[in-house]
Amino acid sequence: MRPFRCEHGTLVPLDRSDVDTDQIIPKQFLKRIERSGFGPFLFHAWRYDDTGAERPDFVLNQDPYRNGTVLVAGNNFGCGSSREHAVWALEDHGIRAVISSSFADIFRGNALSCGLLPVILPEHDVRALLDLAAEDPGVECIVDLEDGTVTAGDLHFEFEIEPRERRKLLEGLDEVTVTLHNQDAISTYEAARPAWMPDLSRVEEPV
Amino acid sequence: MTARTLFEKVWEAHSVPVDDDGPAMLYIDMHLVHEVTSPQAFEALRIAGRTVRRPLLTVATMDHNVPTIDQLAPIEDPVSAAQVEALRKNCADFGIACYGVGHRWQGIVHVIGPELGLTLPGTTIVCGDSHTATHGAFGALAFGIGTTDVEHVLATQTLRVARPATMEVRIDGELPVGVTAKDVALGVVRTIGTAGAAGHAVEYTGSTVAAMSMEQRMTLCNLTIEAGGRAGMIASDDSTIAYLQGRPFTPRGAAWDAAVAAWKQLATDPGATYDRSVHIDAAELAPYVTWGTTPAQSVAVTESIPDPQSFGDPSLRESAARALEYMGLTAGTPMQDVAIDTVFIGSCTNSRIEDLRGAAAVMEGRQVAAGVRVLVVPGSQQVKLAAEREGLDRIFMDAGAEWRDAGCSMCLGMNPDILQPGDRCASTSNRNFEGRQGRGGRTHLVSPPMAAAAAVEGRITDVRRLPARVAQAVS
Repeated sequence: MRPFRCEHGTLVPLDRSDVDTDQIIPKQFLKRIERSGFGPFLFHAWRYDDTGAERPDFVLNQDPYRNGTVLVAGNNFGCGSSREHAVWALEDHGIRAVISSSFADIFRGNALSCGLLPVILPEHDVRALLDLAAEDPGVECIVDLEDGTVTAGDLHFEFEIEPRERRKLLEGLDEVTVTLHNQDAISTYEAARPAWMPDLSRVEEPV
Repeated sequence: MTARTLFEKVWEAHSVPVDDDGPAMLYIDMHLVHEVTSPQAFEALRIAGRTVRRPLLTVATMDHNVPTIDQLAPIEDPVSAAQVEALRKNCADFGIACYGVGHRWQGIVHVIGPELGLTLPGTTIVCGDSHTATHGAFGALAFGIGTTDVEHVLATQTLRVARPATMEVRIDGELPVGVTAKDVALGVVRTIGTAGAAGHAVEYTGSTVAAMSMEQRMTLCNLTIEAGGRAGMIASDDSTIAYLQGRPFTPRGAAWDAAVAAWKQLATDPGATYDRSVHIDAAELAPYVTWGTTPAQSVAVTESIPDPQSFGDPSLRESAARALEYMGLTAGTPMQDVAIDTVFIGSCTNSRIEDLRGAAAVMEGRQVAAGVRVLVVPGSQQVKLAAEREGLDRIFMDAGAEWRDAGCSMCLGMNPDILQPGDRCASTSNRNFEGRQGRGGRTHLVSPPMAAAAAVEGRITDVRRLPARVAQAVS
């Protein structure tokens, strides 16, 4: 996982609530078996018309937002599907942090697993950032994970994140490697599992 | 001893003791896998030189990409074909059972888990799919995960999970005529909102839930994610035990007796408290239809499309206005004036045998309206076989509907079953997001009997207005 420490980038306002994963990365682009290459399909139905031409009214098609790296959006961002492809598409496009007043649980977990920082701020702070980004296009936003702050223009906010999640992002830790240090504990647990628990060996069905 | 909820009992029984500052390490009893969210996880295992820790606690199927016509023919879309082939190869390489196309147990992952007896009370179940909460109908703790977590479970059979808060959704009373489990679920979502259960594991309780069949409970739990819930659970009872007995993977003999004894201890203890409780009176529920682009944007079928200005919250107002524009609808229009051109009966929400019976009871002896296309897609090959034994396929085809093979089909349009721009569909699926069933497609979520009513009338229709076998259709 790519570590996250501090991101300096253009603030991109997406002033919508309930931005679902079907919008972030539509289903027809989920068929790839790689983790990369999803960026061009980010917000595809909002970015492009039926002919494939850019929709000029969509924020990511406008300069200077086009290459922004910090997205600020309405509440319940990332609701819907568990598809991690939504995170991959944001990252592949160049987004490194998303700021919202709330995230869907699965999306937030996926983001943390991939090095995309989900920043939770109170609704009025999110509104202030949305307004600032709209009124001052190209305004730089600094998201500093080490000291837990968001700064843009005259706005300065603090955010909280679990210490373990913070460390994971700062160090780019691979969770599997960390967990495998606990193999003995897992084996001990397994040895005590009741015999009735699910197990495919019960049926003589060829794999 | 402290009184505990169902969730707390299952959670605590699966917490692997670890000595660090992180969230709980939860042992996973059953890992369900499909072709869309797994290829990158298997590839990561290969790159790291890792194996699957417990292949016999892992089951794969093909559902999202598979065509529902000529299923044994090669998949025409090369990218879909590659994804399906990747699952077949990954399962072969890592020793995982794969019930793929052509296998008698193939089907939608959340349909085959319960019908094969892989879904058991008191267990933890994960899948790289957000509707995994379906399995919570059995008193399991089941939730959707992303691909990195799929890799984690494959490699370690555990997950590091922050403990969610608990929420009780209590539903009491007898359901009115015409109201199904799907309507109950839509009623819950419209009551608490799309993020109303975020950060919570939901337990559905009350006399209404206790009276539901297992398939109805699955429908209810399935939509928990549409209210933002991490998991949806219902305590196991005699209905659960009767449903599971004798299924292919359920325990046998002494193990079965031990299982039943354990399952009977799972109910929430008297005096246990939840972090939050919501109460719904079943008598106030109705057959619902979504008008917008979130499952919370619904009205009773007898009502009209709301005016965005009627919403107090500015973000809800904005969302409603945008939804009406996308859906091509006008505020104030009676819901039953909305014409449809497509009907989809299927998905992990509503593709089981009882769902098909409910739709067939409405369609029997009637004809699909002119210009309407109807797809009926059973959730598994087992369901398909059962429906054909009962003659349901003939009822659908005689009415003018298409009878298909098992798969996710038009629920998310990753396969050939998609809406065209501007098409309007009455759908028994779970999401009415923009473009979900096909770019520019417009989705109205309904129950199977309501979908069947729309099919024969050519518009959104109150199923209670259709004479004949309505009571049977929605029982």
